Amino acid sequence: MIPAVGFSCVTLAYGPVPVIEDLSLTLAAGQTHCLLGPSGSGKSTLLRSMTGLSQPIRGEVMVLGRRVEAAGAAAQREANRRAGLVLQDGGLFPHLSVRDNVVLPAVLDGWSRDRIERRLTELEALVGLASELRQRYPRALSGGQRQRAALLRALFLDPALLLLDEPLSGLDPQSRTELQDEMKRLFGSLARTVVLVTHDVPEALFLADTITLLDRGRIAQHGPAETLARSPASDWARSFVRSAAPRWRRMLDLVDGERE
Amino acid sequence: MAGRWLALGIALGATAAAIGCQRAPEPPVIRVASLRDVEGQVLGEMFAQLVESAGEARVERRLGLGGSGVVFAAFHAGEVDLVPQYSGTLAEELLREPSLTDFTTIRRKVEARGYEVLGPLGFNNTYGIGVKREVAERFGLRTVSDLRGQPWRGGVTPEFREAATGLGAMVSAYRLALGEVRTMEHALSYVALARGKVDFVDVYTTDATIRRRDLVVLDDPLGVFVRYEGLALARSGFAREYPRSWAALEQLVGRLSDSTMTRLNGEFEIARRSPSAIAADFLASIGTPGGAVSGPAAADEPRWLRLTLEHLALVAVSLAMALVVGLPLGWWASQHRTVAKTVLSLVGVIQTIPGIALLCFFIPVFGVGWEPAVYALAAYALLPIVQGVVTGLTQIDASLRDVAAVLGMTDRQRRRRIELPLAAPALIAGVRVAAVINVGTAALAALVGAGGYGTLIVTGLALNDWRVVMLGALPSAAMAMAIHALFAALESRTSRWR
Repeated sequence: MIPAVGFSCVTLAYGPVPVIEDLSLTLAAGQTHCLLGPSGSGKSTLLRSMTGLSQPIRGEVMVLGRRVEAAGAAAQREANRRAGLVLQDGGLFPHLSVRDNVVLPAVLDGWSRDRIERRLTELEALVGLASELRQRYPRALSGGQRQRAALLRALFLDPALLLLDEPLSGLDPQSRTELQDEMKRLFGSLARTVVLVTHDVPEALFLADTITLLDRGRIAQHGPAETLARSPASDWARSFVRSAAPRWRRMLDLVDGERE
Repeated sequence: MAGRWLALGIALGATAAAIGCQRAPEPPVIRVASLRDVEGQVLGEMFAQLVESAGEARVERRLGLGGSGVVFAAFHAGEVDLVPQYSGTLAEELLREPSLTDFTTIRRKVEARGYEVLGPLGFNNTYGIGVKREVAERFGLRTVSDLRGQPWRGGVTPEFREAATGLGAMVSAYRLALGEVRTMEHALSYVALARGKVDFVDVYTTDATIRRRDLVVLDDPLGVFVRYEGLALARSGFAREYPRSWAALEQLVGRLSDSTMTRLNGEFEIARRSPSAIAADFLASIGTPGGAVSGPAAADEPRWLRLTLEHLALVAVSLAMALVVGLPLGWWASQHRTVAKTVLSLVGVIQTIPGIALLCFFIPVFGVGWEPAVYALAAYALLPIVQGVVTGLTQIDASLRDVAAVLGMTDRQRRRRIELPLAAPALIAGVRVAAVINVGTAALAALVGAGGYGTLIVTGLALNDWRVVMLGALPSAAMAMAIHALFAALESRTSRWR
């Protein structure tokens, strides 16, 4: 089976400073992959390279069996229509209503009104976005609603690849948990290739089939989520994965204590 | 939406081109200009009627221009053939020899510069110092030297302050220690004098206001104020090409005494008769044929509708031109930081040039009238428009461009659907500022003969009547506010999402 995404000996840089160095990695199709790491580890840049928004200075990036070119190139524009992107704040266009935002990919693709309407209704149910919100501007949405709308837009053309760059980082803990549940359910039912960037270890462990742990532009560990949790490959990986654990243990102790 | 704006721009541009084409001269035409003061307009009208009576050429009137600087610039540009002038002004501003006083010498030197001089007409309209009669009597003021020893406050015209034989020469010759001397137009200085805000003003000695306001003009025993003898200044070759016109004009030589000129000025300034009627009556009274063949009745009572349309046209066409240049310039600047810096500082420099100077700057290229005004206004409007485009485009969140790229948008789609609407509020704000600035600056356009509400302001200044100034100033203020409101509404329509 052809992998959904393949990096071979990729070096990515902002100006003279390399952000990703000589990285090789394949991500299998139909699974949820997390790019996990602290800030500055290069995970977002790696995600951007899958759509040609950042171009490798060495090596090549293959997506769905095709070499990625610069985002402006005509061939890459076509390819990018088969990818959906969600950013940390959603990346909705502030001057368009929710409806105009989410149907934009289909309008650009020349869909009929009926087809757009059907797809919109279907997806609203799928991502849990109330249809009363259609006429609102993004400014008037809550953080969670904004992310649902962004997810809806990313899914509109039924893309083969869904790219999410810290989609839940800006949310309050309750909406965040709620959306994590829904994403888990959604990714399971869609059976699409999902690449999600996060710095949150529990989130990665909860959502991912495979996790790529990045440290300063290099892969610290790559494999199934359970493997990272159970047997970290290095001291650094162990301390990163476990950094949140004492707080969780303390919380669980308190919650259990009250129950008794 | 972009298409509609473009269409509007093209339409306005075409209008500008059409108006420009009408200017093509059909020879022979003699263009008679004058300054905006009362005397200039009366004399200019006399010259025009005399030339018309000679029947050699059609006359085009360019009466009421903004200053001798504008007139000389228009002469250089070949836009003016004939203008009333003064010996003192020619000595100072054209020859740069303010000490010259002899008419024959001045005439010889001016003719050596390629002009033709006809005169003297008979009167001497020099500077004088005017005080209220009661003040003159109480303090025994008879000559300028009597001003010594007290810090008298003055209100003087910019011309008197600047002139080599004006304020500075007077102060040093008479060794005066004056109080505060403020610069203001006659329309204001006479009011300031009447209200006791200033103690003396500079006057023109043939100014009818002196009698009307019962002022005392102080003697000048040292002869500081050189003679400003009235004359006609023509471009070189005028007498040869139009001998009958020249002969007709020569009938005026020596016929206009100080008292005659003062009386005629008063008929305009005080009795508010039209300069064309005053000129026609006078020419008839001295038996010249000019009065009989009086030219087309000059539009002395400018119609509101016409002034409003002229003003609006100045603003709209200049704004359209500024948009045609400013939008692509702003877009280019927004793409490169260094270009933005350079472009913004260049168009910023234009903004620092005083309005009247910018108008004069365009006279050698476009002559007098509509065109220099429109180009000057367009140059003024450039900064806010370019600034608006740059601000609008550079404030767009870079991640939105990434999203557009991943949505597979082409550059054209991104510009039309994303960047233009996101930049629109800042862009419209820029256009609004440009339009409001232009409504104000367009009032100056009358100084180069472009019409608009400024015509009333200029007339008011010439008549020393601030109420007439207000008749021009208030509607242009109202127009500025209306345009502001219009664009503010458009701005809020395009920024509902904010």
